[in-house]
Amino acid sequence: MMLQVSNLSKVFGGLRAVDDASLQVEQGRIVALIGPNGAGKTTLFACIAGFLPVNAGRVVLLGQDITGWPVHRISRAGMVRTFQITQPFAKLTVHENIAVGAYQRFHDRHEAWEHARAVARQVGMEGLLAQSALGLTVVGRKRLELARALATGPKLLLLDEVMAGLNPTEILEIIGIIRAIRDSGVTVLLIEHVMHAVMSLSDHIYVLSYGKIIAQGSPRQVVNDPAVIEAYLGRGSADPAVSAPAEVAHA
Amino acid sequence: MMTPASELKPIPWKLHLSVLAVAIAFPFVFPSSFMVNFGVLALFYAFIGQSWNISGGFAGQLSFGHVAFFGVGAYASTIMQMRYGISPWLGLPIAGLAGAFTGGVIAVLAFRAGLKGSYFALITLAFAEVLRIVSNSIGITGGGLGLLIPMKIGAQNLQFAERSGFYFLILVLAVGSVAVAEWMQRSRFGAQLAAIRENEDSAKALGINVFAEKVKVMLISGAIGGVGGCFFAQYFLYIDPLIAFGTDKSVEMLLVAMIGGAGTVYGPLVGSVLLALVSDVTRTLTQIQGLSLVLYGALLVVIIAFLPNGLIDLFSRKRGGKPGKSK
Repeated sequence: MMLQVSNLSKVFGGLRAVDDASLQVEQGRIVALIGPNGAGKTTLFACIAGFLPVNAGRVVLLGQDITGWPVHRISRAGMVRTFQITQPFAKLTVHENIAVGAYQRFHDRHEAWEHARAVARQVGMEGLLAQSALGLTVVGRKRLELARALATGPKLLLLDEVMAGLNPTEILEIIGIIRAIRDSGVTVLLIEHVMHAVMSLSDHIYVLSYGKIIAQGSPRQVVNDPAVIEAYLGRGSADPAVSAPAEVAHA
Repeated sequence: MMTPASELKPIPWKLHLSVLAVAIAFPFVFPSSFMVNFGVLALFYAFIGQSWNISGGFAGQLSFGHVAFFGVGAYASTIMQMRYGISPWLGLPIAGLAGAFTGGVIAVLAFRAGLKGSYFALITLAFAEVLRIVSNSIGITGGGLGLLIPMKIGAQNLQFAERSGFYFLILVLAVGSVAVAEWMQRSRFGAQLAAIRENEDSAKALGINVFAEKVKVMLISGAIGGVGGCFFAQYFLYIDPLIAFGTDKSVEMLLVAMIGGAGTVYGPLVGSVLLALVSDVTRTLTQIQGLSLVLYGALLVVIIAFLPNGLIDLFSRKRGGKPGKSK
């Protein structure tokens, strides 16, 4: 088992942002975490990756309990996250940005820079290496976020909405890139709102609503789950006469 | 926008060698004591400016109290020399260690508490002020009277009959500080610091131990500042709390780096040469005290407005005229 999250809770004041959530990610798979806006997906990610302390629960990475570890240690152990709101090293070039990630794996300058170039090729940024990160478009920034994390040589990538704000062509490209990453042996856990991407990419889906995991299963099982349809479209929507699963796909 | 920052690129050897050649030739071309003194001060400010630049420029930890390292170094070596007869040559590494220790203590306390940005700047200022007040009130520093180092001319006492002796000493030290900066520019450590400067959360997410790296950089910066303090004490043979821990020196350290170009290898040197020129010209032309500081301030405003990356931008822009220069 790559990642095992059990009974994780995160409370902000009176709000249970994540409420007793458990999930498992098997090695070599692409697992998606979906849910309506404000369901607590990003909070759950932040807790898993060590950015927020948890109030209860355990996070186990490759059999090792990493609950409460500092972020950099979790990252070095092989679980690396990206940010929904991209956080580039703005004054550095694309190549330098990716090299920072590559330096975690290669201490030698030459090796790190070559590896950064190879990763840039993998995510389709080879032509932008010399460009400053500040001048990138939204797609560029999303790719950079992905490239930097990938360059560290992770075992498990946590991707937080890498497709948000992209046009359909760009989404297709990113889907291809994520598949290729998985095929290269990296396990992927992703948060995504672009449903057709989730449906075509994921081996397994968890649905989060009001901080609770309300459903899980294969893409097909999940879209037909009445609880999921209610979470997205409101109470009563699961009545087959009122709604069809296809609508969920557009949510 | 097309001109990339490319900060993590090594500087060509040719440039290093040309700067070094000019610096070596300087006292032979201008042997007058006035000009050599000018050279000593320019290199001295480049040296302590580099101390600020390494933590403030490369790692983005802006400090208003860098004089703390300078002052601790100055007092440590001077007290060792005057009380225990330790050679000031040994005083240089002692001052470096004392400065590094101070940097480490301030860094651990401030970064443990999560202080960043202006809060970090204020806490460093506070530390420097505390040190000034303490050194003013305890006996070992000579209190407000300061310490007067007895004159014993002789190279073994680090007191040179010719000013050029001091010039070459500070030149060696300055070369050392440039070497450290160049290493920051091309090393893994430097890349991690640049990442921390730009975005701490991203740096953490990529596996960088932000706290440890920031403490490390303050150790290095503190060591350079401390050595600068020892040199200063030996050059003027006198220190007191205001010289050792005065806020003006903190400001000068950050000014030379920012005017020249913070986070660049040669920024502090460019800035210090300019500031030394400004201060000499104003002192020669007018009798007004402190006019040079007014001019520094005005210069800083102009430079921040038009050359936010410092004067060094003028040079690098010329060199990088064609887009896509970086391989």
